Amino acid sequence: MNYRLVLADGEEFSGVGIGADLPNGVAAGEVVFNTVLTGYQEVITDPSYAGQIITFTYPHIGNYGVNSSDDEASRPFCRGVIVRALARRVSSRRSEEHLDAFLRRHNVAGIAGVDTRRLTRHIRESGAMPAAFGPADRDVLAEAALREPGTSGADLVAQVTTRSPYVVGSGPRKVVVYDLGVKRTMLRRLAELATVKVVPAHTTADEVLATEPDGILLSNGPGDPTEAGPILKELPELIGALPIFGICLGHQVLALAFGGRTSKMKFGHHGGNVPVQDTRDNKVQITSQNHNFAVQTGSVPGVRETHVCLNDGVLEGFVHDELPVFAVQYHPEAGPGPHDSYHHFARFAELMDACRGSS
Amino acid sequence: MPKRTDLESILIIGSGPIVIGQACEFDYSGTQACRVLKQEGYRVILANSNPATIMTDPDFADATYVEPLDVAILSKIIERERPDAVLPTLGGQTGLNLAMELQNNGILQAHGVELIGADAQAITTAEDREQFKNAMQEIGLEVARSGIARCMDDARRVIQTVGLPVIVRPAFILGGRGTGIADTIEEFEAIAAYGLECSPITEILIEESIRGWKEYELEVMRDRNDNCVVICSIENLDPMGVHTGDSITVAPAQTLSDVEYQQMRDGSFSCIRRVGVETGGSNVQWAVDPDTGRQLIIEMNPRVSRSSALASKATGFPIAKIATKLAVGYTLDEIPNDITKKTPASFEPTIDYVVTKVPRWAFEKFPGTSGVLGTSMQSVGEVMAIGRTFPESLQKALRSLEQGREGLNADFGEVLLESIETATLLEAAAVPTPDRVFELEALLRRGVGIDDIYDATGVDPWFLDQMLMITEERQRLVGLSLDSATEQDWRRAKQHGFSDAQLGYLWNVSDAQVRRARQQVGVRCTFKTVDTCAAEFEAATPYHYSTYEDTDEVSIGSCRERVIILGSGPNRIGQGIEFDYCCVHAAFALRDAGYETVMINCNPETVSTDYDTSDRLYFEPLTFEDVSNIIEIEDPIGVIVSLGGQTPLKLADRIPPELILGTSPDSIDRAEDRERWNAVCARLEIPQPASGTAVNRESALAIAERIGYPALVRPSYVLGGRAMQIVYDDDQLADAMEQIAGSGSLGREGGLSAQRPVLIDRFLEDATEVDVDAIRDNVGEVYIGSVMEHVEEAGVHSGDSACTIPPTHLGSSTVAVIEDYTRRIAHELDVCGLINVQFAVKAGQVFVLEANPRASRTVPFVAKATGVALAKVAARVMLGATLTELGAQGLLNRVVSDHVSIKEAVLPFNRFPEADAVLGPEMRSTGEVMAIDMTQGLAFVKSQLAAGTRLPDDGMVFMSLADRDKQVGVKAAKVFVDLGYSIAATSGTAAALRNAGIVVALEVAKLEDSGGLNAVDLIDRGDLKLVVNSPRGRGPRADGDHIRKAAGLAGLPLLTTAAAALATAGGLRDWKRHPLRVRSLQEYHRRTSVGAPERNGAIVDDTEVC
Ligand SMILES: Nc1ncnc2c1ncn2[C@@H]1O[C@H](COP(=O)(O)OP(=O)(O)O)[C@@H](O)[C@H]1O
Ligand SMILES: Nc1ncnc2c1ncn2[C@@H]1O[C@H](COP(=O)(O)OP(=O)(O)O)[C@@H](O)[C@H]1O
Ligand SMILES: [Mg+2]
Ligand SMILES: [Mg+2]
Repeated sequence: MNYRLVLADGEEFSGVGIGADLPNGVAAGEVVFNTVLTGYQEVITDPSYAGQIITFTYPHIGNYGVNSSDDEASRPFCRGVIVRALARRVSSRRSEEHLDAFLRRHNVAGIAGVDTRRLTRHIRESGAMPAAFGPADRDVLAEAALREPGTSGADLVAQVTTRSPYVVGSGPRKVVVYDLGVKRTMLRRLAELATVKVVPAHTTADEVLATEPDGILLSNGPGDPTEAGPILKELPELIGALPIFGICLGHQVLALAFGGRTSKMKFGHHGGNVPVQDTRDNKVQITSQNHNFAVQTGSVPGVRETHVCLNDGVLEGFVHDELPVFAVQYHPEAGPGPHDSYHHFARFAELMDACRGSS
Repeated sequence: MPKRTDLESILIIGSGPIVIGQACEFDYSGTQACRVLKQEGYRVILANSNPATIMTDPDFADATYVEPLDVAILSKIIERERPDAVLPTLGGQTGLNLAMELQNNGILQAHGVELIGADAQAITTAEDREQFKNAMQEIGLEVARSGIARCMDDARRVIQTVGLPVIVRPAFILGGRGTGIADTIEEFEAIAAYGLECSPITEILIEESIRGWKEYELEVMRDRNDNCVVICSIENLDPMGVHTGDSITVAPAQTLSDVEYQQMRDGSFSCIRRVGVETGGSNVQWAVDPDTGRQLIIEMNPRVSRSSALASKATGFPIAKIATKLAVGYTLDEIPNDITKKTPASFEPTIDYVVTKVPRWAFEKFPGTSGVLGTSMQSVGEVMAIGRTFPESLQKALRSLEQGREGLNADFGEVLLESIETATLLEAAAVPTPDRVFELEALLRRGVGIDDIYDATGVDPWFLDQMLMITEERQRLVGLSLDSATEQDWRRAKQHGFSDAQLGYLWNVSDAQVRRARQQVGVRCTFKTVDTCAAEFEAATPYHYSTYEDTDEVSIGSCRERVIILGSGPNRIGQGIEFDYCCVHAAFALRDAGYETVMINCNPETVSTDYDTSDRLYFEPLTFEDVSNIIEIEDPIGVIVSLGGQTPLKLADRIPPELILGTSPDSIDRAEDRERWNAVCARLEIPQPASGTAVNRESALAIAERIGYPALVRPSYVLGGRAMQIVYDDDQLADAMEQIAGSGSLGREGGLSAQRPVLIDRFLEDATEVDVDAIRDNVGEVYIGSVMEHVEEAGVHSGDSACTIPPTHLGSSTVAVIEDYTRRIAHELDVCGLINVQFAVKAGQVFVLEANPRASRTVPFVAKATGVALAKVAARVMLGATLTELGAQGLLNRVVSDHVSIKEAVLPFNRFPEADAVLGPEMRSTGEVMAIDMTQGLAFVKSQLAAGTRLPDDGMVFMSLADRDKQVGVKAAKVFVDLGYSIAATSGTAAALRNAGIVVALEVAKLEDSGGLNAVDLIDRGDLKLVVNSPRGRGPRADGDHIRKAAGLAGLPLLTTAAAALATAGGLRDWKRHPLRVRSLQEYHRRTSVGAPERNGAIVDDTEVC
């Protein structure tokens, strides 16, 4: 069926519907673009995309199908998918399902046949913005695009966090993961070195500390860190009590807790090829990234800024001067993306061991 | 880390002549390397024997040695220049191997020269297949089961453990030479033996065959801070078993999940780290078992390669340029990304389009070859195409090949497959050949299932399904027509890559009509940009491709006058790097003259497709449709069609005449059309060989009757002397006509008809062939670039024979006549720009053979020999400058020559052991070398060395000559004997020599008559050092064939003409007197004078030889 995509600023694109049907003719959300060449399934199932419509810049999507082991969450939270060409026949021994069927099963709609390069250039120039797509007429879509709040204002974390705690792994250490929208790959990495208890975002500090963990990981997650809900209140009590590792949204809420400032980026970082330099040894890691908000450089008191994005100078990581706290803006666990930054998990383990030793 | 300041001068070793497996890509990488090093302030010393390269232009290096790439010569260069370092990783396998030799001979150490980029240890670890495998297993990467053998006994032992089928791969080879897959023990015996011969260190790897697995390549880079990045991933459409150089390849990889891709990426990084490539680019090859996902590492090349050139063009990331910067100490994060300017080079390009590379082969030129693709590379060129989707890019690539195909079938070419019934076609497709991709589509069109085709061919189902989409679109289109097609239909068709020509075929109308109709409904192509980042950042680099999307990205801001230069498309025999050189020179010259230059080409190996060669680059097929699209948006003042060989010339009459710069299409036609050309010569009273045109056997015999034998027979409208033959009597003539009329590859090229008559010339025997390159400006002044005397007599294609500047045996009066004829022809054709005229001089009389009012193969050679950049001058002239003006600007300052320059052809017979190595009127060389020295003899010896022939300084010379060659042969033999060589000869030749009083040490039995030692025995016994064997004029071509084959296999120097033997003898004689000297072009070019060519004096002592 012929679909239309209309951005909040009126820009219009045509295509055809894929994935789930749209009974009321409209899907809306904030349009962002992701530049990965492989890993569409991991991207689509990354909870950090809650509220967003994902544009893939690579034209052929779905070539190797989808499989249960590459999911980053129990289901996708994104509001839609925009591609140039959805594969018909998939080819991979790992494939269990066609991407189109997968999207239907999870009730995610999409639009194919779009000039995604034109769309990407538009977002690059005008910034990520709300949009709506579907079979409905132009005005209906334009209307919906304008009404769409995008990622601001809503507590998206509440929508993606786990309802109840659960445990993964059986490693020697005890780690509590605040699930702000955690990716499975992150848990897999952690499970290699700890027994990991994943708790809902609204879990109180007391509840967490009561379980006497060796460390806490603040996970990635969707939306505006200043809207991240309960965790913001709990952090002051947790900081200093034990080692904390923040990733992505976790990095941002830590910065806020230290009195830093965050701001929305024009179109964010969404891809698997972002160069990040460790300012301590000048080594460059090619990183997997997915964020629309960033911590302002120099805004966080009492920390050393350790990582910077070489493309645009955005702050990508810091370590606290005294407390056992460090964080990175990008995704060291990869999934999808390069494995260049695995070492941060070892670093977290060392920090936990050191603290356990000393206390 | 900052750049190294402890280095002052750096030697770059080029890759020498264009051969199969090593083409222009190393001119591209070497040129970038020279540029970078100069910009960084280093003194650049360059050694490369290939005159047709841009890198060997004197202004790209401080000292440019156009000398043989040979250890002895290189040591001399090192002694003279005392470089601080050698950069071995940009000159292909040749550069790498030579650097290794210099290292192993202790020459580098002796002069304190450092290897930068990759050190000896790293190179051996990567190149020695056994060490490589051990190293990889050490770091936990899986490799195919295998064993090493250094003799046949080892080999037989190894096969016990590895088990059949196996692939045999020699160590230290390029392009897979000598590799092969053996399924039976007999095949194994043969392949292993040949493999041992091919390896310079007689070592082969015998390995479990994993034919049919998916094949991938990753282009990786590493800097001295151990930062590693992947520039590009490439997936082969043809599975394992077909050399990557012979495979259709696609970037990026299409059927790997991120999990699998990251595993391959990690493996590639561990590989480059373990091998120890400190800085630069490497190419890592992988095989993946489609059923289990097992990943095996196949090999790694610790240098820039064909694939890295492809990766650079595919992503816009200039690997060679960056590799060079890394080699002198920078780290990736310190180098800006040219394209975005703002972001650094330490990232991984991501693209939003699909790139397809398709090779081009020349099997039709090598009768006896199977035409089956395997693990040894056989293609002579390649094209690359960019599209938003795979179907679009595949179809664009196929029409870029210029082999009469308009895309993936849906054209006249597809008819050939229609007669074959399906079962047979499926079997055919199971065997990889150049036609396979077309067979696949035909099978899909006949409804054969993707899975059945996959089982038979191993071509991944995703690719097959994408092709099926093209097929289905075609079937949809068949139901439509020019007028019924809606805008949506047009867009769909175009987005599937259908060319106007294909639509014309389906709707049987002309492509021009299709174009008009399409534009009426407003469906026009849009141009997108190659930007390394999928549009995430703004691109500063104007590198574009066409597709059918919503918006156009090309903005023609400047008010400068624009000139479009049409490139020469894929390399092929007869049209290679020389023409790219000319186009690049035009771009440089016109940019300097203030024009905005626009390049169109589809050959990823070339300098012309480097995005900073011209002001704007369109990576597009060179077809009427694609070129017209660009003309429409660029609105140029003119288009240059005469520098890219036949490719752009073929388009000339379809481009608006007022836009054609230089010589008019009509003048071109007057030179190309036989009748009109004869008229021109008649009018000018310039003698031609007697000739006629025949449309059938009878008329042919009648003509022969009139002009007499021997006669030269050639089909019209063919390139590079395709299928030309010399016939000596009625029977041979009848056969020749038969072949041309008959189907086969020639049938495809047109066969025989009133429109395509056969041209029959009197064949001038023992005539000296002469080439002239000249330029005429629009006020009628003519500049004679040079008169070149060929070493081999007329009858050996100009592209395959050696030639000399200045002419060494022609009297000055003859030269004057030749120059005069050239002037008159140039005037009569009203040439504006370059013209190449070929003459044959017989008994003092000058005949004209042909004139080409365009750039010729010899333009770069002439430029390097005389110091005058003909192509640059021609480009300016075509835009209205006069020779007088250009002379005033110093563009015509000529070298005062006290030296002789020789161009020698390099032939690919070692790739085609089954083909006869004899020279004829059909061109078969892939490349050329240039040699310069004091005397013609010395230059000739050098040229042989440069072409890979080591002439012996003593021992036995074998001679077996056709009667017509005996006279000259005697002269040669006399010199050999004087120089202390002994002679062996077959009876007839022996008799002739004895009559002339020459001692024949050994008379050899003809192969046909039994008893006594024959030549092949002697060769096998290693008794011979040099073989001179010219085919008998009469009698079967095959005569002497086995002698030549035996010599070829034994790697003996083989001369197939008496003329070459004579030149060699003269060369050896001079060589015994003076050692070869090395000089840089800059030194040779130091003394220049304005105007007329020099008469050469320095080589008197040669004349007595002749
Ligand atoms: N074990 C194998 N089984 C089957 N085919 C192979 C095997 N190893 C290599 N090949 C094929 O041979 C080609 C050439 O091998 P490669 O090691 O790349 O040599 P080269 O140095 O000539 O590139 C490869 O591109 C691949 O298609
Ligand atoms: N009449 C002739 N007599 C002797 N040799 C000839 C004659 N005509 C052509 N040749 C030889 O054939 C070669 C190819 O012929 P040419 O007309 O140059 O074809 P092409 O257009 O392929 O260069 C020439 O280089 C020359 O050596
Ligand atoms: Mg290879
Ligand atoms: Mg010719």
